[in-house]
Amino acid sequence: MSLTIHELRKRSSSYLPGSAACPGCGATIAFRIASRVLGPNTVYVIPACCSSIIQSPYPRSAFSAPVLNFAFAAAAAAASGVYRAYKFQGKDVNVVVWAGDGGTVDIGIQALSGAAERGEDIIYICYDNEAYMNTGIQRSGATPWGAVTKTTPTGKREMPKDMPMIVAAHGVPYVATASVGYPFDLANKLEKAKKIRGFKYIHILSPCPPGWDFPVEKTAELGKLAVDTYFWPLYEIENGKLRITVKPRKRPIKDFLAMQERFKSLKDEDIEELERRITEKWNFLLQLEGLEKIF
Amino acid sequence: MGFEVPIVLPISKPRKGSSGETGLWRVERPIINESKCIKCWLCWLYCPEEVISEGENGFPVIDLSYCKGCGVCADVCPAKAIEMVREYG
Amino acid sequence: MVEGEWNIITGNHAAALAAKLARVNVVAAYPITPQTTVVEYLASFIESGYMNAEYIRVESEHSAMAAVIGAAAAGARTFTATSSQGLVYMSEVLHWAAGSRTPIGMAVINRALGPPWNIHVDHQDSMSQRDTGWMQIYVSSNQEVLDTILMMYKVAEHPDVMLPFMVCLDAFVLSHTFMPVNVPRQEDVDEFLPPFRPAWILDPSDPISFGSLVLPDEEYQEMRWSMDLSMRRALEVMEDVAEEFNEKFGRYHGAAVMKYKMNDADYVILTSATLASEAEVAVDIMRDEGISVGLLKLRSFRPFPHRDIKENLQGRKGVVVIDRSISFSSGGPIGTEVRSSLYDLSGAPPVVNYISGLGGRDLTYKDVIAMFKDAVSRIASGRVRKPYYWYKLKPEYQRIELAEEVVI
Repeated sequence: MSLTIHELRKRSSSYLPGSAACPGCGATIAFRIASRVLGPNTVYVIPACCSSIIQSPYPRSAFSAPVLNFAFAAAAAAASGVYRAYKFQGKDVNVVVWAGDGGTVDIGIQALSGAAERGEDIIYICYDNEAYMNTGIQRSGATPWGAVTKTTPTGKREMPKDMPMIVAAHGVPYVATASVGYPFDLANKLEKAKKIRGFKYIHILSPCPPGWDFPVEKTAELGKLAVDTYFWPLYEIENGKLRITVKPRKRPIKDFLAMQERFKSLKDEDIEELERRITEKWNFLLQLEGLEKIF
Repeated sequence: MGFEVPIVLPISKPRKGSSGETGLWRVERPIINESKCIKCWLCWLYCPEEVISEGENGFPVIDLSYCKGCGVCADVCPAKAIEMVREYG
Repeated sequence: MVEGEWNIITGNHAAALAAKLARVNVVAAYPITPQTTVVEYLASFIESGYMNAEYIRVESEHSAMAAVIGAAAAGARTFTATSSQGLVYMSEVLHWAAGSRTPIGMAVINRALGPPWNIHVDHQDSMSQRDTGWMQIYVSSNQEVLDTILMMYKVAEHPDVMLPFMVCLDAFVLSHTFMPVNVPRQEDVDEFLPPFRPAWILDPSDPISFGSLVLPDEEYQEMRWSMDLSMRRALEVMEDVAEEFNEKFGRYHGAAVMKYKMNDADYVILTSATLASEAEVAVDIMRDEGISVGLLKLRSFRPFPHRDIKENLQGRKGVVVIDRSISFSSGGPIGTEVRSSLYDLSGAPPVVNYISGLGGRDLTYKDVIAMFKDAVSRIASGRVRKPYYWYKLKPEYQRIELAEEVVI
């Protein structure tokens, strides 16, 4: 049962206009869609990240759902506590972590891993702008290969961590990747996750105009191009079974890279190498899709 | 002891325009051409600021008090019905 | 006055029982020697149905504290326990707990910090967290462990307080030593300790954002002031609660301080935790020798009881403070703060501060007597030349420390 635009239009999000977000922010597109699907009976635990600041300074908040702002490393642990308290009280409330890539793949990984292993009944959503954007564009474990950031001025030498697979390896009931460029795919995945009991993980690609250095109007377009070039495959792993949810006709990776200044240091041979790795990863996913269970 | 002991808490309340009238940030403003608009509502779906809603006449309308002028709506509109126009000069 | 049931139990067992009697809703804890049996008892209480609570087997102490803050934010009464490395690992979130005004309860089994590894008692762990905004109560017996945890929930959850608390008990000396403890009945504790009413809560029907950015000209400073004011207020609440507990359960351990043979004492020994029990014995022995000495046991280090300190030490001939931790180059935490508290008193008594017992170095009443007599002799001959003195170092090191050239 796919969500339509009319269904989405009937629901309200937990985002109030006039926030501190940059114009064209990918994270707010993601939050608007996510909060719409999750509904008002949701509590968000937000570690230090762009969304901490997007909420605007005290005493006003741009988010109209309850938010527990929390220390950088511990969102998943705090969310575990919130969930267990509601469980003790017999209350049915969606407990959701809304975290950036830094607070998920780097400093937050321990708490996330613990919560996943314990099977806490929460939804962990990572909106990934592929660097520590809130502190001014420093590289994270999610920053792509070759990307320029303030701490990788000549381009990142390492490949990013494959966080969705790391979480899936914990044996949790649902893991999915998503992109703001495919909002219906994102909405459907959240709608599905909401109905599952256990630990759920959604990893959303959120293009960042100042961080990736592209014209502000291109956020959604880049979010789609990332998927269409196979840079960001959209898949879900439900009870260990992998399914690619969007299979576009592939566009060359250089189309995606050319739109962003952060990849300007890549030479032709680097782009070829990247294309090779992307195709390799895609083929790998196709093989996994053929298996009954991967985790 | 009879003195007052307030518990001062870091609690923020939800409010539209939490960072002020962010429409003032704009360099360009979106203008919707209703004759081209097909009411697909993709502009509403992608708007990062949630400032697009349904107007009286059934067409999308933009709240210019908060629209930051990013132009994502114009970029995603399949009918090219939104034009970004410079605010100044 | 109600009767409980006598048991011979360890300090850790007493702490776990207190959490159960306090009807804690959510427990999150990570094991560390010598706290481990606290979390093991709690696990067996919960799994057997003896205790009704959610138990989160977190993957670190930092996460343990984060989890209980999250639970408290959703309205639960919470408990955790830790020691040494675990306590300092959760330091960031200790600050967060206090700043969140969540009255979390924690048992801290005081253990020395590494490197090198040392599982025995000293107070460096909790003392190093004295600025976190947590209340800290040091206890001397397993009965006091149980009673104090119950009392401190009432203090911490008082609408004027709303700050977390740690009840500190010495590693092995209390945690693993069996002592007789009168365990109150659940019904009596229920009458004494009403359900938790939080100062704020995460509630979808009344959404708030907690803890977002506060700019300098907004109420950040006022939030910090509010924590300080509440902690000062907690001193009075502690006295009221101790009186109430005594009326109901027939036991009084003191409030912020406990006085022992202080009335006519010329000299005062001021110390805390199990060393205070040793000091009681020392006081008895010395009184038999005709020495006019009393013990002022410090229970509450945070909030620091300035008034009790000034009132009880004013007019004495000398005060001997024994610390089981060191604030490097400054002195013992208790010693330096007692001095600071007395500074404004005209005719403040001389204070001699000793640092000893670190890493579990054994201290008995004999050591207390030795330190006392050293102090009195120094006071009498005008030789209190240093802000603090290390005691019971090995002879080749003690010799260096005592050399007059080692001025600071």
